[in-house]
Amino acid sequence: MKLVIINYGAGNIKSIQFAFKRLGYDAVLSNNPEEIKSADKVIFPGVGEASSAMTMLKESGLDILIPKLKQPVLGICLGMQLLCEFTEEGNTKGLGVFKTVVKRFDNSVKVPQMGWNVIKNLKSKLFRDVKEKEYMYLVHSYYAEHCPETIATTDYGLNYASALQHKNFYGVQFHPEKSSTAGAQILQNFLDL
Amino acid sequence: MLTKRIIPCLDIKDGRTVKGVNFVDLRDAGDPVELAKQYANYGADELVFLDISATLEGRATTLEMVMHVAEQVNIPFTVGGGISSVEHVDALLQCGADKVSINSSAVKRPELVNELANKFGSQCVVVAIDAKQINGQWKVHLAGGSIPTDIDLFEWAKEVEQRGAGEILFTSMDHDGTKNGFANVALAKLSEELNIPIIASGGAGNVQHFIDTFKEGKSDAALAASVFHFGEIPIPYLKKELKANHIEVRF
Repeated sequence: MKLVIINYGAGNIKSIQFAFKRLGYDAVLSNNPEEIKSADKVIFPGVGEASSAMTMLKESGLDILIPKLKQPVLGICLGMQLLCEFTEEGNTKGLGVFKTVVKRFDNSVKVPQMGWNVIKNLKSKLFRDVKEKEYMYLVHSYYAEHCPETIATTDYGLNYASALQHKNFYGVQFHPEKSSTAGAQILQNFLDL
Repeated sequence: MLTKRIIPCLDIKDGRTVKGVNFVDLRDAGDPVELAKQYANYGADELVFLDISATLEGRATTLEMVMHVAEQVNIPFTVGGGISSVEHVDALLQCGADKVSINSSAVKRPELVNELANKFGSQCVVVAIDAKQINGQWKVHLAGGSIPTDIDLFEWAKEVEQRGAGEILFTSMDHDGTKNGFANVALAKLSEELNIPIIASGGAGNVQHFIDTFKEGKSDAALAASVFHFGEIPIPYLKKELKANHIEVRF
């Protein structure tokens, strides 16, 4: 299986590469459109600020390529947020795959949300053998609003979409690569799609 | 609900764990990777590695260690100790560290906090603050607590939050090493005055101290070293007790 992690300069992708390595898969880091198109599975990571991440995507034409991908794509954290229509972070227009918007937590809670919280209302093959209310590691200041594409929810001041799915596109707000054995199960499930 | 975090802290010198790690079932207690895996299996929520290497070679070895930890450990970890440049942070993150912790270098040049937050995001910038009370005022200390300053703990914490810190790691020098409990009054004040997570450090001696710092100190996470390293408080037991006391933990 050819597994490509999109490498567009946003954040720490080593952790994701290592997590797949622990599962026995060598992931290729690439921003080359041909390489990405030819992959069986694509990971779209992202840590950092949305508008500058989007600028980096545009510079390499990946903003056009990514929404057209036909193979399973997994957006992680900011990667998931950039797949939405819009994010309040830097008032950034997203790639529009998920029909929802990304907003900032208000100050009734500590921002960023940092640490382990539960995911629930799980409904996707992505969560095979993952129990309801499993703990996942999250670090984020912005959240995706509910929409019909929500496949997991989390409570932090309010209830938001902690995972989304539209056709071959999957997005998770949490970091499966840092979420112990349950996170590894989700990565394995993605590979098994 | 977001859970309270339990964070063991490991001192690293020249890529090896130093001082007092005493786990019966470890093949090599000096190997940070081995120890980190063990803690991850025991249910630690995160790890902190404090690099106390004195030489450049030692720091280079620590980078290698960070890479090995990232390869093998599936929970988040922070690296701190002697970090004073964007380049150094870049290298640590490239090796797979999730966050870095800066301390004295932020006091000497506060813009470093902005630079790191802008380049890498607030989520990976932990500002560690060592402070002790002088005439009833909490004053920030530098260089592992050896150099006093006139800077007020709460003012400084608010400033680094504004500059983009994602988290505060507050060590009370009055409590550190005493095993008499955390500085909960100061911690609660930090938690109320700031809107970023606060990690309590210094003073852990028994399970009740953890309960107190989460309840009275309003801490978001608690860090400790010796009580974990010597197996005085096994993490699974600690978490069970916290849960029994209605504190949300990953368990």
